[in-house]
Amino acid sequence: MNLAVIIILVVGLVFFLGGAVGILRFPDFYSRLHPAGKMDTLGSFLMLGALALYHLHPFTLDNVLVAIKIVLIVVFYFLASPTATHAIVDAGIRAGQAAWQKPGRGAGS
Amino acid sequence: MQQPPTAEERYEAEAQVISGQVRPARRAYTFIFTFPTLMALWVVLSGRFDTFHLSLGVISCALVSFFSGDLLFPHSPHPRQTLRLWWRFPLYVPWLLYQIFLANLHLLYLTFHPRMPELIDPHMVRFRSKLKSEMALLAFANSITLTPGTITVRVSPDGDFVVHAIDRFSGEALPGEMEKRLARTFGEE
Repeated sequence: MNLAVIIILVVGLVFFLGGAVGILRFPDFYSRLHPAGKMDTLGSFLMLGALALYHLHPFTLDNVLVAIKIVLIVVFYFLASPTATHAIVDAGIRAGQAAWQKPGRGAGS
Repeated sequence: MQQPPTAEERYEAEAQVISGQVRPARRAYTFIFTFPTLMALWVVLSGRFDTFHLSLGVISCALVSFFSGDLLFPHSPHPRQTLRLWWRFPLYVPWLLYQIFLANLHLLYLTFHPRMPELIDPHMVRFRSKLKSEMALLAFANSITLTPGTITVRVSPDGDFVVHAIDRFSGEALPGEMEKRLARTFGEE
């Protein structure tokens, strides 16, 4: 049980690390949002899921309630994260931020 | 096959709610569904089962579900379709999670690839979705954003999507299977 929890936590951490590295490495505003908005979502899903699993261990009512609360956090994260990402993208478009294109590609393709 | 509510039907329903012309039976119906939902949330969040805390929960949940029961279960001219959505949507979630996982692996590969700037090719994808109801479009837009490699930039109420894709591979998958599954989930085949 503990082993499974540790594995899931580490996988979640790898996604978080990927998100952080992605923010630094991608070329422009819009493509940076891809790792920022989503790898964090999956990372937090895995890590919070692992915590919920860990909390179930002495299977008492209190622990189950804590696990349900953690699952609720995940649910709201999954609703809020894409909405926030979309709001940021929309703000970028409205402010006229141009999207990075591969060198040699015409605009608007 | 039932049709999803048209815009006129929805506005009609909203006008009824705003002007307070909701039928008493309708009020009771939303109350019956809203109260247990809120009460379950109360119990989970409070975690105390003594009389004092439970009665506080009953009072506040009853007040809230009396005043704003229509928010959680909005009026729909086709209640059976709404009910079907409630058990079909959980079927869609595991598939979405699996897709999120697969696509995240792809993004992870791109992130750590040494020649990443050559691999990615950000571009905008435009397409028109066949989905009609607002809820279906919202779920579709959020699903697109959650699936890495694609971010929904703009959605019009008619279903015109503008999506930012990080590379060719991610952009080609749209609208594709996700839309088909959502159409099935929302009964809009």
